[in-house]
Amino acid sequence: MSTPTIVRGWVDAGLAEEFPHLALRQMVVPARPGRSPRAVKDRLRTMSDRFTGGRAVNLRQQPIPWAYRVFFRQIGIDPDDHRTPVEGLALERMVHGGFRSQGLPRDAVVIATVETGVALMAFDADRVAGTLGVRLSRDGERLGPEGGLLPARRMVVADDSEVVAVLFGDSAPEREVTSGTRRVLLAAVQVKGVPEVSVEEAMWTAAETLEGADAGVS
Amino acid sequence: MDGRRDVGGGRRRRFVNAPEAVPPTGAEPGLLCYPRPVATGGALLEETPPLELYARGATTPLAPVEVDERAARQSLRDQIARLESELASLFCSTYPRQGFDWAVASRGGPRVLGLSELERVRDQLLVRLDQNRRLLSEQTQVEQDNRCLIEEMMLEPARYKWQRVGNSDIGEPGCKHWHVTPRWGVLGMLMNWWRVKISSGCPLAGGRSHTLRPRPHR
Repeated sequence: MSTPTIVRGWVDAGLAEEFPHLALRQMVVPARPGRSPRAVKDRLRTMSDRFTGGRAVNLRQQPIPWAYRVFFRQIGIDPDDHRTPVEGLALERMVHGGFRSQGLPRDAVVIATVETGVALMAFDADRVAGTLGVRLSRDGERLGPEGGLLPARRMVVADDSEVVAVLFGDSAPEREVTSGTRRVLLAAVQVKGVPEVSVEEAMWTAAETLEGADAGVS
Repeated sequence: MDGRRDVGGGRRRRFVNAPEAVPPTGAEPGLLCYPRPVATGGALLEETPPLELYARGATTPLAPVEVDERAARQSLRDQIARLESELASLFCSTYPRQGFDWAVASRGGPRVLGLSELERVRDQLLVRLDQNRRLLSEQTQVEQDNRCLIEEMMLEPARYKWQRVGNSDIGEPGCKHWHVTPRWGVLGMLMNWWRVKISSGCPLAGGRSHTLRPRPHR
């Protein structure tokens, strides 16, 4: 099996001028979606025990969650209304009393996001054409072939052909990971204030969790 | 002498009884007076300094100037980042107090905000920060008074009959409270024997109460 590599995604030139630190990293990992093995569930449980209320309250003062909050404000999203990925998970932990296992690759993304604070997404790699990137939506563009109409000039994650997801928002159902997925495309959104090493750590954490689970199953 | 008297010395000379200085030909009173070529139409406009043109109320339309607002937007984004940082630290300082409003509304999803939108976000953050700082300052004053009250209650319980102060009144988490009650019930009330009872804190988590379980039918 070849070692997965982190590929740098593209960012639209206009967006890159406005947000010079905005970047998208991606990596394809072989995986079999399904129920998480015991090791992954144990890890989630341990993480839940370590993630206390005090840590959740102080989350927004930590550099990486703070960087995402700032970026949310700068692009017109209220982070107290539409939570940043790590804050959304923290809220989920507080409400449910723990990080609930929702199967792979979701659990792998949760583990990586909570441990590093970096925003991660997962797609079906075989349903994504080319390399992912960030750009503004065009007039009349839809979220997937049968999805809703997107307002023009929204920041979206797109492949070479069409929109895959709204940045920090919904993704096209056709590109999501399903039970038939054999390769998962992990993508991390890097913004100003998020160090490169944290992005790489997040991606490798998710990839190792997926690969470990895959090896455990087979 | 020709009617003029030299009163100055050296290079600077002023003449008494000399006729008033007359603006050069072509100049108007109140304008900058210095020799300039007299011309008409475009020639004059080209050679006249802009300040002078402004003073004369020139109506010639100016060529549209393209202003690059990117630097201004970047500056506003930096201000938003600083304000978000201050708001985050204030949020952590206020915990576990209630009654603060942290919402800074943003609508429309991820996009590149224009100058006016960024200014609006910045101003809203500033207002929110100011409001919450003021509220925190008022609350801490009340909490300080309550702490003093607890001390006085401990020193002279009889002066504060039935007074009750909880942890929430002094800005601390938990269920602990100080309650001035009579020793030995009615006897204590009659004999004026008062004391401060300090609760032992929050009840322990004991699972669901048996009273919530449905009773078996007989």
